[in-house]
Amino acid sequence: MRLPTDRGGADIEASFVLELTILVLAIFLGVEVISKVPTMLHTPLMSGTNAIHGIVIVGAIVIAGAADDTFTKVVGVVAVVLASANVVGGFVVTDRMLQMFKRREPRRESNDD
Amino acid sequence: MSRTTTDALYLVTIVTFILALRFLSSPKHARKGNWIGAAGMLLAIVVTLAQDGIGNYALIAIGMVVGGAVGLIGARRVKMTAMPQMVALFNGVGGGAAALISLDEFHRFAGGLTTVEATSTALSALIGSVSFSGSLVAFAKLQELISGRPIVFRGQQIVNALIIGTAAVLGVWIAAGGDRQGLIYGLIVAALVFGVMFVLPIGGADMPVVISLLNAFTGLAASATGFVLHNNVLIVAGALVGASGTLLTMLMGKAMNRSITNVLFGAFGQVQVGSGAARVDDGRTVRATSADDVAVMLSFARKVIIVPGYGLAVAQAQHDVRQLAELLEEKGVDVVYAIHPVAGRMPGHMNVLLAEANVPYDQLKEMDEVNPEFPQADVALVIGANDVTNPAARTDTSSPIYGMPILDVDKAASVVVMKRSMAPGFAGIDNELYLDPRTTMLFGDAKDSIVKLISAVKAS
Repeated sequence: MRLPTDRGGADIEASFVLELTILVLAIFLGVEVISKVPTMLHTPLMSGTNAIHGIVIVGAIVIAGAADDTFTKVVGVVAVVLASANVVGGFVVTDRMLQMFKRREPRRESNDD
Repeated sequence: MSRTTTDALYLVTIVTFILALRFLSSPKHARKGNWIGAAGMLLAIVVTLAQDGIGNYALIAIGMVVGGAVGLIGARRVKMTAMPQMVALFNGVGGGAAALISLDEFHRFAGGLTTVEATSTALSALIGSVSFSGSLVAFAKLQELISGRPIVFRGQQIVNALIIGTAAVLGVWIAAGGDRQGLIYGLIVAALVFGVMFVLPIGGADMPVVISLLNAFTGLAASATGFVLHNNVLIVAGALVGASGTLLTMLMGKAMNRSITNVLFGAFGQVQVGSGAARVDDGRTVRATSADDVAVMLSFARKVIIVPGYGLAVAQAQHDVRQLAELLEEKGVDVVYAIHPVAGRMPGHMNVLLAEANVPYDQLKEMDEVNPEFPQADVALVIGANDVTNPAARTDTSSPIYGMPILDVDKAASVVVMKRSMAPGFAGIDNELYLDPRTTMLFGDAKDSIVKLISAVKAS
């Protein structure tokens, strides 16, 4: 990853094609993997991918970590707050849902409520 | 930490995300997959914090604690019926974070950005902002803070076109090397307004499509941010989310037999209420029945297919339905649940609601799997579902829902429809099914009716 301090130049321009390659491959991979997710799990899929886009926290940390004036500090910290809520909430709520999906029990042991 | 090490460790994170999605192919391992993904996320966070040139640790820590706490409390407290709002909110904050990152990058480096970086900055700011404000409106609609009905006014399309046009011009300006700060502010404001304007005219019933679409947007915004920061993990993770959101959007559109353009820009204002004049009064009448009669029917059936709709969740009757199903199974009845793709307020919502009520997932059958089973079913028990059971979708070319895939409820030997009243469903049209000679109606609140059914089945 590029450091917050070094930017510009032919290097980066050249790396564009490489990044684009990664993007295109990732899209194809995503379509493959996600088309195998059963309809039953589409809500957890959505909240799970929700958690995954929380990866913007990495970007938020970079800008907050390199912030050097009030403006960049405020923007950075707000981005960190939003992204953290996204990450933690996304994974926790997905787990809550997934733990509810159970197979039929080998023959009930409880007949509560 | 060197750049190579950082990138190598990010690759590990990428692998965990892909594994998390792969494990979702079966409910058996899905939970494990989620934690693998979470571990990968944690790794990425630690790696980023350890990177050279990162300071302001106290500031970052405060942000993480505050955001994390909010996310945790929200995720723990949210009711399963409110999951669509929750997902909308997370889409929104993710998009918002992406937009802020672009704002910051532009603020610091405007003029020194390469064309690709400048373009990506503009895209990330645009998509992230639309996703942020659009998701907040979707949240407000689902949470019923504002009316769930489409909000429309004259010239709306033109106003929207002007707003997005403004955003596009500013975006191109930035991409072309414009370095005035006003450009990015203008872009973000226009995009925020557009997000609001684009979700307002979309009705509550179409929310599954909108949420899926906003999910895809946030993924794309994250990907664009990856191009700004030259960060592979952002590019890949964003692409995965984008692919998922796009697939779900298309799936929802298909399940409602509507094109995405139609959902976003179409139908509102021109939903023809087909009832009344168009209705053919051929003397067929609706037959009402009692809980006792239905109980006998169910008890002596070999196979019962339960068709739950959102009405079931509104009545909070999931647990009672599960109890009824268990009671019937004890009597030797084969019971399965037929789940239409748009049952609920987001893709797969009904499955989660039933899983929460301890319905085992092997009893939950999706449309294509269960439709061939209806002819063998003695009773189809429709609870709070309407349009997804309307045979007009198969036969009546003039019907607004013509062509929409439906559950073949009418092929069962007999049909019991549990319904509050004769009010039509979302599409605002009459349901042929109710006039079918094999159909009987059990009127009343779903929860009350099921509780009555349970005691009647116990007695029979």
